[in-house]
Amino acid sequence: MNALTPQLVNLFASALLLIAFAMLAQRRIVTLINLFAAQGLALVGSTVTVALATGQTHLLYSAGITFALKVLLLPYILHRLIRRLNVKWDIETLINIPTMMLVGIVLVVFAFNLALPISEFSRSIARGTLGIALACVLLSFLMMITRSKAVPQVIGFLSMENGLFFAATSATYGMPMVVELGIALDVLVGMVILGVFLFQIREQFDSLDIHHLEKLKDE
Amino acid sequence: MSFEGVAAQLLAMLLALLGAPLLSGWVNQCRAWLQNRTAPPLLQPFRMLHKLFWKESVIAHDATPIYRLSPYIVFGCMLLASMIVPTLSTNLPLAPAADAIALVGLFALARLFISLAAMDIGTSFGTMGARREMLIGFLAEPAFLMVLFTASLISNSTSLATIVSSLAHRELTILPSLAFAGVAFTMVSLAENARVPVDNPATHLELTMIHEALVLEYSGRHLALLEWAASLKLFAYSCAGLALFLPWGIAEANDHTALLLALPVLAAKLAVGGFLLALIETLSAKMRIFRVPEFLATAFLLGVLALLVHLLLGA
Repeated sequence: MNALTPQLVNLFASALLLIAFAMLAQRRIVTLINLFAAQGLALVGSTVTVALATGQTHLLYSAGITFALKVLLLPYILHRLIRRLNVKWDIETLINIPTMMLVGIVLVVFAFNLALPISEFSRSIARGTLGIALACVLLSFLMMITRSKAVPQVIGFLSMENGLFFAATSATYGMPMVVELGIALDVLVGMVILGVFLFQIREQFDSLDIHHLEKLKDE
Repeated sequence: MSFEGVAAQLLAMLLALLGAPLLSGWVNQCRAWLQNRTAPPLLQPFRMLHKLFWKESVIAHDATPIYRLSPYIVFGCMLLASMIVPTLSTNLPLAPAADAIALVGLFALARLFISLAAMDIGTSFGTMGARREMLIGFLAEPAFLMVLFTASLISNSTSLATIVSSLAHRELTILPSLAFAGVAFTMVSLAENARVPVDNPATHLELTMIHEALVLEYSGRHLALLEWAASLKLFAYSCAGLALFLPWGIAEANDHTALLLALPVLAAKLAVGGFLLALIETLSAKMRIFRVPEFLATAFLLGVLALLVHLLLGA
């Protein structure tokens, strides 16, 4: 383990944060999926770096699972999904991106301040990045709140899981293997269920705008 | 102030005066190649300047002294700006006089005068151009300041020469905050130098031009000075970017061999940077003017993120 390792982890963490912001401001669904895949790649990079630096071999396995699941499989499923839903070139009308960016900045400041005392307790080499992980989770929350179409909401949910996973590796060198496998399977199953759900929404309302769900009544 | 310092400063000035049109010519050449056109010769900007300097300059009847004075003020600001940015050596006697914040101020002063001059004649194009220039300027300035503050926090000084020497002579560390700042800086310099996503430097289409609308009424030597000032601005921005993000190769004080080596290194860096600029310009489409605030807000956001990441990670 040399001096460069924490810096590499910091670099990957910054990439994660940057991609979270890019997702917040992205209008096109196709680009959103590609950004999600890139975020997964940054996550894999940081996990592998921590694993190699500390000799925690189980982190290598979890990096492998992340790579297979979040860089290859889930983006593939999402691409297929939007092709079959015919929303590939959909552009969402986001109002006022600058304001959303400013709210995002406030969230980042909040997350950094919140994480600072907590990360003092950790002895991990990447403990400084806990704030970034928390900020990623909050930004994904913000994305889910501000989006009105269903597919970007699903992507926001998945990217929130990325942030949580990063928090786990940065603060405590990852969770036990059983838990990680369970979460990976959960995300996959969740994705499948949400995919079915999306088709049902479209069947019912002829649109993927979830505002239709607000006035759900017996008619 | 030593003799050597004065010599280095004069050398930097000469380099800026001659290198700036060369850089513009190089960018134009790369752009022409990338767009499958026959490229103009590298020295075309010099020929242009030469032609314009020998032409008569026509001035409108209603022009006030501000209109006559502005090209000189703008040119002076840009020349001074490119002199306080370390290009070859950090041993610059002018550096204590103006720090990074003063650099932003110099650009703002030039912007103020060029806009006043454009409005002075009273044509609608000039007024429109001035308003757009001010819009872009006031959005780009805070983002640029954030970038400079990030670099200043890392090296504990706002003097450009000190920033460069402290960044260039430390052991190799990966600074994510500087990566954020670098992206923000690229966006700001695209906007400030009237480059493609924001403005097209080659256009004379009335509804889209910004920089060209400002200098539309000028002719002869005034126009030559303004064109030269525009290329000096591009040169100053490129050198500031290189100094902040790729500071290796800039000579320290009293280091003669490094000074000899600094020129080819700078030329190579500028050539690569100019090519990348032409590549960005070729690959991206010009945005609507109402998208520009969004673009620059993103740059500001990246600048603020750079500061925050620096404060959190200490890197």
